[in-house]
Amino acid sequence: MKMDLIQPFINAADAVLSQGLQGATKVGNLSMEEAAYRRKGVAGMVALTGDIEGRIVLDLEPQTAVRVASHYAGAELPESDALIKETIFELANQVVGNAVSALNDQGFHFRVHPPVLVTSEEGDKTSEDVEALMICFETSLGCVYMNVALRYNKRRMSDHAVAGR
Amino acid sequence: MEQFAPVKRSKDGQPVRYLIVDDSVFARKNLARMIESFGGQLAAEAGDGLTAISEFERTHPDIVLMDITMPQMEGIEAAEKIVQAHPEARVVMVSSVGYQENIVAALQRGARHFVQKPVKPEVLYEVIKYVLGEDGAVTSTAGAGA
Repeated sequence: MKMDLIQPFINAADAVLSQGLQGATKVGNLSMEEAAYRRKGVAGMVALTGDIEGRIVLDLEPQTAVRVASHYAGAELPESDALIKETIFELANQVVGNAVSALNDQGFHFRVHPPVLVTSEEGDKTSEDVEALMICFETSLGCVYMNVALRYNKRRMSDHAVAGR
Repeated sequence: MEQFAPVKRSKDGQPVRYLIVDDSVFARKNLARMIESFGGQLAAEAGDGLTAISEFERTHPDIVLMDITMPQMEGIEAAEKIVQAHPEARVVMVSSVGYQENIVAALQRGARHFVQKPVKPEVLYEVIKYVLGEDGAVTSTAGAGA
């Protein structure tokens, strides 16, 4: 997975989190995930199709998710509140939307699918052409994990190349 | 949340009425808090484009804040249908997907402005004032309508 594909997502997450949480975020640990993805807590997944395909998961440990959602709500939320899931979904949407906007302006075209809740404890194993990168964003309210697994859609890219000749 | 000098309707001094359209409850609540800090009033909410059209017909808001990616009917199509039926309608697109093609498509189909998420209250406030033009007036009564 090329870093030029990942960088817009890192920049977008950094911007969305630092603005929303009103404090600096730090890009912490970066790791390639070769084994199956293991969910940490409240996780929202956004799928992408088009010139680049794959998915982005925003994953927060349960207590971090409560703190983050409470911050946005401006009130202490109970762990069971549906607004916690909604908050993680909207954050995932904003990260993907901002990254896709940057990539679209570079000529890539996508369809962004609505966020879904990741409920299984363990996700699919990554393959040779869809490696997953796990990035931890350290915020004042705890770590926000972003798992990115993307690949170029070779058929679509070659179609563009032919059309552009 | 920061309080802004209230923006009222010039014609009658009443709060500006908003229709908020977004499939995310979180986003709707967030926008509702912002418009409250602008001295505005929530006329209605909708979670998709089709409901947005019927809520517009029912409430005739001064401003529509419209997301793009939504189930049933996307925001740009809903904005177009509202503006076709009511050319005076003021629709502001509010979306995280802010690439040029999307912005141009929205403006060509009747939207008055585009605000990218995450929404900064001070940016939305300026856009609201711009879109209202002479039909909006900033009042100096601190906290009025907020």
